[in-house]
Amino acid sequence: MASRPRTLYEKIWDAHVVETRDDGTALLYIDRHLVHEVTSPQAFEGLRAAGRPVRRPDLTLAVPDHNLPTTARLDTEGNRLPIADAESAAQLAALERNTAEFGIAYIGATDAAQGIVHVVGPEQGFSLPGTTIVCGDSHTASHGGVGALAFGIGTSEVEHVLATQTLLLRKSKSMEVRVEGQLGPGVTPKDLILHIIGVIGTAGGTGHVIEYRGAVFEDMSVEGRLTVCNMSIEGGARAGLIAPDETVFAYLKDRPLAPEGEAWDRATQWWRSLATDAGAVFDKSVTIDAAAVQPTVTWGTSPEDVAPIGDKVPLPDSFADPSKQEAARKSLAYMGLEPGQKLSEVAIENVFIGSCTNSRIEDLRAAADVLRGRHKAAGVKWAIVVPGSGLVKAQAEAEGLDKVFIDAGLEWREPGCSACLAMNPDKVPAGERCASTSNRNFVGRQGPGARTHLVSPAMAAAAAVTGKLTDVRELIG
Amino acid sequence: MVPLREVEGRAIPFGAKNVDTDVIIPAHWLKTVTREGLGRGAFETVRAEPGNVFDDPEFASAPILIAGDNFGCGSSREHAAWALGDMGVKAVIAPSFSDIFAGNAFKNGILAVVLPQEQVDRLLEVARTDPISVDLEHQVVTTPFQDRFAFELDPFRKACLMDGLDEIGLTLARDTAINEYERRQARDMPWLAHGTEKAA
Repeated sequence: MASRPRTLYEKIWDAHVVETRDDGTALLYIDRHLVHEVTSPQAFEGLRAAGRPVRRPDLTLAVPDHNLPTTARLDTEGNRLPIADAESAAQLAALERNTAEFGIAYIGATDAAQGIVHVVGPEQGFSLPGTTIVCGDSHTASHGGVGALAFGIGTSEVEHVLATQTLLLRKSKSMEVRVEGQLGPGVTPKDLILHIIGVIGTAGGTGHVIEYRGAVFEDMSVEGRLTVCNMSIEGGARAGLIAPDETVFAYLKDRPLAPEGEAWDRATQWWRSLATDAGAVFDKSVTIDAAAVQPTVTWGTSPEDVAPIGDKVPLPDSFADPSKQEAARKSLAYMGLEPGQKLSEVAIENVFIGSCTNSRIEDLRAAADVLRGRHKAAGVKWAIVVPGSGLVKAQAEAEGLDKVFIDAGLEWREPGCSACLAMNPDKVPAGERCASTSNRNFVGRQGPGARTHLVSPAMAAAAAVTGKLTDVRELIG
Repeated sequence: MVPLREVEGRAIPFGAKNVDTDVIIPAHWLKTVTREGLGRGAFETVRAEPGNVFDDPEFASAPILIAGDNFGCGSSREHAAWALGDMGVKAVIAPSFSDIFAGNAFKNGILAVVLPQEQVDRLLEVARTDPISVDLEHQVVTTPFQDRFAFELDPFRKACLMDGLDEIGLTLARDTAINEYERRQARDMPWLAHGTEKAA
């Protein structure tokens, strides 16, 4: 054993190095590979063209999510309904065909366990602490919430992992985001990660793996940790992780693909040893005061464009960097906002509660708590709730949350990526605003010309009730 | 991969910062099952603006793109690199790149050159009227005006680009080491072997 104190990231990295090359790159073993329909067809095609098999189909799990419409998938007689968009249908069919051909486990569109790949992984116990997890999707960082080293890869790397179960990588630098103190009432993990991105900027974590540290994370549910780690990429970091602890073990125990019996005991013993050693050194460190975090919204077209809900739309000239001033001017023009306008007076026409960031049971409970006994405002034209998986959907229905949403005038949908990205029928019309629990407020992200305000599930629910961006604390007293 | 040694020609003086991959290629272009033809969707929202550099005939088929800080941030979609390649871009010069994009570019034979902001500013100026040259072997960007800007490049990536190496083929040749690792992991971390097989 190495005597030098190591970080959580270094311990997981060290345990997965197959070999190190002379030039310093390492061949890293990948324990778990998640696959979806958008970034995999060209990888399977590459394997076919080269006549290469999938090395470890048993370590690979595929589920469609990005393209799937979130409307009913079966007719009243239980037959699969066709997908209207021919290109989406072809891409979804390709995943089904490729997984069958290469012998990969596939959770299909009508399977009770289907959902967003980053919700399904932890939920099935496929994503485990101390593992290396990859997926052709930048929000793979989510799985850092269970203490895994998880990161997004491109399609060439998807093909590389399918063929070799490894990746050639250079070790990243390490970055500590230490949060001191506790979050106030009405302030959620989503508000915290938006605040963190506002502090470090969208390139703050580039070249680094972030470890989130502090009592606030120890007290946070696994769902909350997945939300925080999910948006590491919006801070530029390919991966973000939190030390696995008893909360994670309790969450994973008895999940379908989690280890059992003696294997479970051996696993937890190792998982307990993974926390960063006292005295371990990070390449970069940022400290955040939790008490300063308010319910947070975005006002621009970059996830770093955040402000507390009580603030005003910033004046572009208030930024020190001239290029940021220019970016802010362009953002505000796209967003149709006036500098100095109160954020709590910004009217919204659409509400989206869902995405790999915020579609787990706790997110839906938080939204339902605000909506219970209330109704969406007249000005809100479209408001949908999209559970992250079929299992989340079933749990929510068992708790009666679906009725809360429907009674409040919101639509209750089937699981998928939905309005997070404009790849399926759920889109925000041009020029309209959406209070969205997703992760990106980029230009055109929710549809051409759509204006996105990133918020927590509770804040999205509050916006639905009042028809404008609203401090949820005014509704929950 | 086609070997890449030198890129010479006009450079698109884009210069924008924090260009995300949704801007490089919007999501509705991602419903393809091939790597080809994505150039048509590249920078779609930018091209909707009159007078944009991408539709300036001066820069038609330019093999170099000059961008600002944090180019390629956001989604991991390799479609961004495919779209650039389909446009004919073989090198992108910027003060910094997102990690995933830089990797995707390299795997598609596109060189991501990192230079300090003031040198990028100089190249943006030159690119308006004159060609630029990127010499991969000597790791230097030059202009017809005696500008000479050296850049860093990972030696492994350099070798792969210059020789057009197949990275998967290289790793498959390390099969013995991977087998050995799997034996070690089965012994030390037996709980990982389950994978997707339902626990009995």
